[in-house]
Amino acid sequence: MKPVYLRPQSMEDRITHYCPGCHHGIIHRLIGEVIDELGIRGKTIGVAPIGCSVFIYAYFKLDFVVTPHGRAPAAATGIKRSLPSDRIVFTYQGDGDLASIGLAEIIHAANRGENITSIFVNNANYGMTGGQLAPTTLLGQITTTSPYGRKIAVDGYPFHIAELMSNFKGVAYSGRFAVYDPKKIISARKAIKTAFKNQMEGKGFSIVELLSNCPINWRVSVSDSIKFVKENMEAEFPLGVFKGGE
Amino acid sequence: MGEKVLIKGVEAIAESAIRAGCRMFFGYPITPQNETPEYMSRRLPQVEGIFLQAESEIAAINMVMGASAAGARVMTTTSSPGFSLMMEGMSYLVGMELPCVVANVVRGGPGLGNIAPAQSDYFQATKGGGHGDYKTIVFGPSTVQELVELTYHSFDLADKYRNPVVLLTDGALGQMMEPVIFPEMRKLNTLPEKPWALTGALNREKNIIMSFEMDPKILENINWELQKKFQKISEDEVKYEEYATDDAEFVIVAYGTIGRIAKSTVKALREENIPVGLIRPISLWPFPYGVITQLVPQVEAFMVVEMSAGQMVEDVRLAVGDRRPVFFYGRPGGMVPSPRDITEKVKQCLSMLLS
Repeated sequence: MKPVYLRPQSMEDRITHYCPGCHHGIIHRLIGEVIDELGIRGKTIGVAPIGCSVFIYAYFKLDFVVTPHGRAPAAATGIKRSLPSDRIVFTYQGDGDLASIGLAEIIHAANRGENITSIFVNNANYGMTGGQLAPTTLLGQITTTSPYGRKIAVDGYPFHIAELMSNFKGVAYSGRFAVYDPKKIISARKAIKTAFKNQMEGKGFSIVELLSNCPINWRVSVSDSIKFVKENMEAEFPLGVFKGGE
Repeated sequence: MGEKVLIKGVEAIAESAIRAGCRMFFGYPITPQNETPEYMSRRLPQVEGIFLQAESEIAAINMVMGASAAGARVMTTTSSPGFSLMMEGMSYLVGMELPCVVANVVRGGPGLGNIAPAQSDYFQATKGGGHGDYKTIVFGPSTVQELVELTYHSFDLADKYRNPVVLLTDGALGQMMEPVIFPEMRKLNTLPEKPWALTGALNREKNIIMSFEMDPKILENINWELQKKFQKISEDEVKYEEYATDDAEFVIVAYGTIGRIAKSTVKALREENIPVGLIRPISLWPFPYGVITQLVPQVEAFMVVEMSAGQMVEDVRLAVGDRRPVFFYGRPGGMVPSPRDITEKVKQCLSMLLS
């Protein structure tokens, strides 16, 4: 019998710690597939964030470093600039890490046109710490630190990273995708591949924002969490490519 | 060894680092250390190195972390408020066992303070500074030549122990021009191998660098391993200068800029036949407790002089205990005691001892 669906070679054969239904697993797999397809496993270095995906190093057969909260783009800069130019460096960050505490680092890495790739997972809350308000939390969304719903007067507006990044001249690619159905997954995979390929071709900074669910912290079922991504998150955060492309 | 060059302290740090094989520098402007990154920005491209001005001290120390993780000899320099911003990164660097060299050209504090020379970051540098149980090796040079030698040596020590090394100096030494002899340019192929570095897991097992362990039992063991390393450093890396202590009955303890001024004081007092000596700690961590303890039986009293409200004095008191008086003379806020000030204080202390 010929196997038709295997684990990517860049990935470890182990079960993730992610909550049931969480999209991190899908996004990890897409990265693994792209790294396999581009044949860069032996020269790729990952930079892990602080947040749910702090454990990402355990799931890939790649060199990895776990850096302080939000500082992955600065550490990635140090790695990228120290190594031969054929090495591929990527950060994997959540919305608390990238859009809140690490905003300065991601913006300056982008503006310098740092030749790295950032995979940005936006699930509209702080997952690891139990579901607090994030910069990307939707208006009216209830979290453990916005128990009456996010209010403009208190916390301002949801933060749009993919659009913001598209304004910097150093950015080669910025797009926002989702991974809740096969069609969306195929588009997201294509975007991740572009973001890595850009780096291989020395084109500068690429970022892929991926809308993700968080059923446990949102206190909803997996199917309702997907509905929330589709109907609520996409209404606030439109999918699409904001800069660059094929 | 080359010929003598007249150079400023903060530029000498940069040149010495390059000679030690440092090819990566990340820094952020802050007075009084700006000439170090400026020098690096001119000089590093000449030796195929990389200079990058970071967006903040926080970014700078994390860029250092990345470069170190990739196996590079890397450095940053800063001054007190910037050093505070780097403390999270320093704690991570120790936890990740990553080598690097950080110079703190200390200025008056607390807060914004001023840009005048001070020694008020002693606690922060020698007792850890960031969160968690950790130490960094700390040197306090007192001449530009010593700054050159310690900078060069720091890169080797950092690699040897896989731990950050801090150079604690101030604007007085930093801005001072002195003739120095630089060490030879280190051949890059003679630098230590770093099989643990992140270079891409090609034909080998992956390397993971982190300071993260969820299991308290394992994290405890990691901590004890770090403590063993610190213990080894405490035994092997103590450095100090002893001056006129053989027959001294009164010993001054001072480091860095003040160590140098105190030496002039001791010379002057010796001319008046007052039996004064000097212990000048060079490694501030590990602190030279042993030599001070050994002097207790022969010495009537000690006096610690610092450009702070009194920080190193606590380490001297640990070494002396209550067996002898330990006097303190310090000036915080960027004031520098003169040799005459120190001489007067020594005489006051001596008359107190007599009465």
